[in-house]
Amino acid sequence: MTAATEADAMVRPERDLVARVRAGESIACARMMTWAERGDARFAAVYGEFESELGRARRIGITGPPGAGKSTLVERLATHWRAQERTIGIVAVDPSSPFSGGALLGDRVRMSSLALDKGVFIRSMATRGVFGGLARATDDLADVLDLYDRDDILLETVGVGQSEVDVARSTDLTLVVLHPGGGDTIQAMKAGLMEVADVYVVNKADMPGLEQLVHQLTDTLDVRDVPLDERPPILTTVASSGEGVAELAERIDALDAERRASGKRDARRAANLRLRVRRIVEGRLQHDIWQESGLARTLDERVADGRTLSAYGLADEILNAYRERRNLEGPA
Amino acid sequence: MQASEQPIRVLVAKPGLDGHDRGAKVVAAALRDAGMEVIYGGLHQTADRIVEMAIQEDVDAVGLSILSGAHMTLFPKVRALLSEAGGGHILLTGGGIIPQEDMDALAEQGVGRLFGPGTTLQQLVDYIRDEVSNRRAAARS
Ligand SMILES: Nc1nc2c(ncn2[C@@H]2O[C@H](COP(=O)(O)OP(=O)(O)OP(=O)(O)O)[C@@H](O)[C@H]2O)c(=O)[nH]1
Ligand SMILES: [Mg+2]
Repeated sequence: MTAATEADAMVRPERDLVARVRAGESIACARMMTWAERGDARFAAVYGEFESELGRARRIGITGPPGAGKSTLVERLATHWRAQERTIGIVAVDPSSPFSGGALLGDRVRMSSLALDKGVFIRSMATRGVFGGLARATDDLADVLDLYDRDDILLETVGVGQSEVDVARSTDLTLVVLHPGGGDTIQAMKAGLMEVADVYVVNKADMPGLEQLVHQLTDTLDVRDVPLDERPPILTTVASSGEGVAELAERIDALDAERRASGKRDARRAANLRLRVRRIVEGRLQHDIWQESGLARTLDERVADGRTLSAYGLADEILNAYRERRNLEGPA
Repeated sequence: MQASEQPIRVLVAKPGLDGHDRGAKVVAAALRDAGMEVIYGGLHQTADRIVEMAIQEDVDAVGLSILSGAHMTLFPKVRALLSEAGGGHILLTGGGIIPQEDMDALAEQGVGRLFGPGTTLQQLVDYIRDEVSNRRAAARS
């Protein structure tokens, strides 16, 4: 390392972070997101300084099976709202490799037209690096973008597992993006994705199988017996050409306005907050049990000593040890 | 949580107008398989786009694949813009067909080690891992 880079390395961008994020400094925003993502205690420590300023931004989830065109659609929607001078924050989540724990985060490639626009901030996140659950992390990252004064926050997740579904649920409004010929659509339905949709987007409307998918979707809603006036609208788009995107964006605008006016948005935010607090509490409790109390090691040792053990017996043992430790040391 | 446990974040991109990005994708996959979080920036990236991405993604390292022969202008430019943007701590590395004397000259300008055709992916992985952990340690102290 040269002397110059060594000196630079000393001043990693962490001083006065809250004020600098508020003032629109992108490197400060990025660093605070890293804190949030990693569950760094410094994030929770500064949270109170800006908590009361949050809630201005509109939070929109974009989820759906792999390759449905979510990132392409995010780019188009962002472009649409940028033309109205709205500022945009994007969090794009991709799965980590279960083998190495690493991840290849490729959503940005589809958003390259936004790269030099200061009104757009894009952050990629892997599912596994996060501490305390994916939805815990995306909520926090969205808060940072809110503090960074973004008008619209778009959260892209692949709708495959429960944790992704949780993310889609922690927004003001969620789009479920499907595409014709995507065999994963059924899978998406099984994963509980259909229930989180406020709007269905059938993308790749230029591809064969469009009618079929729309029918399939309508059937699903029939089976679930969703009353007609509560059914999420089904819109079709060709994200790659932009066709149908303006209509989609306007529909989102209208839905959001309606929900603000009716109080539905606030009710949803209250429900989201309840879930969020539970997640935080559960995450901390987990950390306290396994790491702070050192019981992860106890468990490893007990299993490693080779005697036959009962799963429930061992679980009781761990919990008893935890209670004992905490009583001795007072509340966590 | 210890900073050292946190996954290394790397931006991989391919500047310039020439052809395909197979090489960059192979590198990206190798880094992922080594447990890193790789932000793939894609083809045809300019220096200012690369820097903007690196800053927003709060990466530890940027790896560029340069085959066009523009390494003597691109690496210094990215290095300078990174530092200007507050990313002086970010390691800049990469690969391509780069003569040793050029590598030496670039190292003088704060560019990290560059990897020519004779090197293995494992060497690149090890280098990024070591260098990032040194820099993180330096930032903590
Ligand atoms: N024909 C057609 N192709 C599209 C359309 N929208 C997106 N694509 C293409 O579909 C592919 C996947 O698009 P992405 O936007 O990356 O899809 P994604 O849902 O974000 O994918 P993951 O993040 O990997 O799950 C790309 O090659 C796009 O160019 C569309 O409306 N029609
Ligand atoms: Mg995507």
